[in-house]
Amino acid sequence: MTETVADTAAGLPAYPAPRAAGCPFDPPPVLRTLQTEKPVSRVRIWDGTQPWLITRHEDVRALLNDPRVSADSTREGYPHRSAAMQGSDPAAQTFLTMDDPEHARLRRMVTAPFAIKKVEALRPSVQQIVDDLIDTMLAGPKPVDLVEQFALPVPSLVICELLGVPYEKHDFFQRHTKVIVRRTSTPEEVAAANKALTDYLDELLADKLAHPAGDMLSALATERVATGEMTRHEAARMGTLLLGAGHETTANMIALGTLALLRNPGQLALLRETDDPKAVAGAVEELLRYLNITHSGRRRVALADIEIGGETIRAGEGIIFANDIANRDPDAFPDPDRLDLTRPARRHVAFGYGVHQCLGQPLARVELQVVYSTLYRRIPTLRLATDFDEVRFKHDGIVYGVYELPVTW
Amino acid sequence: MRVEADQPKCVASGQCVLAAPDVFDQDDDGIVVVLDDHPEESTHDDVREAAAICPAAAIRLADK
Ligand code: HEM
Ligand code: SF4
Repeated sequence: MTETVADTAAGLPAYPAPRAAGCPFDPPPVLRTLQTEKPVSRVRIWDGTQPWLITRHEDVRALLNDPRVSADSTREGYPHRSAAMQGSDPAAQTFLTMDDPEHARLRRMVTAPFAIKKVEALRPSVQQIVDDLIDTMLAGPKPVDLVEQFALPVPSLVICELLGVPYEKHDFFQRHTKVIVRRTSTPEEVAAANKALTDYLDELLADKLAHPAGDMLSALATERVATGEMTRHEAARMGTLLLGAGHETTANMIALGTLALLRNPGQLALLRETDDPKAVAGAVEELLRYLNITHSGRRRVALADIEIGGETIRAGEGIIFANDIANRDPDAFPDPDRLDLTRPARRHVAFGYGVHQCLGQPLARVELQVVYSTLYRRIPTLRLATDFDEVRFKHDGIVYGVYELPVTW
Repeated sequence: MRVEADQPKCVASGQCVLAAPDVFDQDDDGIVVVLDDHPEESTHDDVREAAAICPAAAIRLADK
């Protein structure tokens, strides 16, 4: 870095930036300005450092798949999300923040259950879970909090079944996951939450080793830990990653997606009226693009000097990929700020891009397809039970969404 | 059109299978398998889409 902090810090935009009042579905306006005027630009983050922010769809895709860019959060220059994330114990790392070949070795140990055909085979049980939860809501008092009674239980039940984690423990792991994904948590709080989850998974793995069942943790225990391919601690960290990544994200898509559709009744009607699985699948891609709930950017560090967009990113400098504004890039998606469930949206980067692209995406897709094609048909009069202005959004979350969504019918 | 997939690069995202199910599949570990390396004309748009969305740039297309 040649510039000093005093030279640049004053004029640099702060990241993450606030969204515009009254536009909770749109990325912060300053990101659009950067995308138009300075698509590769330095920003200022919480610790005063000035990593690069990449805002164009094309640049995001090019660099996220570039081996000169590292996801290793223990490297000098990595732009951490918060003091808590920076302070986290290297032993708590998962393959999410490792590079190949280590990343590939570990990721490949868990790809099998996420193959399209295996996930497709889970569709009937996902449908059953969704139908049962709707039955319970319809039979109970209203209004209900859709987050608590539906959006969280769907992915939690699904991932618990897949991993072989008892769902009765959901209060425990949801409580700890909430701490981890809140940007304002202290380092001590995050470390304690990570430890509680990892210890729990570790115990569970010991139990699976003794009494294997047909689930993913049993497979990890018997095929990887027992064979010495991975340690029980590594397996426990992996289980924690899957459990966390597997429910927070999808839950936020369900609740925020429902709110976005209630605000766009024409689009909601399209979903309610279609019988075509392709149309539903397309709608899911568009909602992923439009909402881009992973709004705090993909974090990386340069391993070599990289020329891009007329700028030179030096080796050792942090890079943040703003996939939210990349998904609103007019060069990739015409009229990008319009929610249009019929547009081809597959090229979105809501699941990231490159070798770290979401492992759970086939499962997330099936869950969201089942939810969006069932909920509004079974409860056609679904509506908000509070003023839109009263809804609390997760502005401070690593993953965006709503804290609660009171609905009635 | 000739289709090749670079299995060591594949990260098992499943995107190609969703985009062009007649041309791509996955093995037991979720790694890409090319079902038809000279696919019919009618699939070409889907195959190009699969190559474009593959997160690991593991799919290569040649003219013949
Ligand atoms: C709609 C729901 C979801 C969204 C929007 C989402 C988003 C993402 C994104 C953006 C990444 C890339 C991280 C990076 O590049 O730094 C990622 C990675 C990952 N996701 Fe998801 N995800 C979702 C659901 C799931 C589910 C259901 C699971 C598991 C069951 C899961 C497991 C993972 C894992 C293990 C990684 C790390 C992959 C790697 O580093 O190789 N995700 N996800
Ligand atoms: S799209 Fe690419 S990474 Fe994903 S399964 Fe196909 S070849 Fe593998």
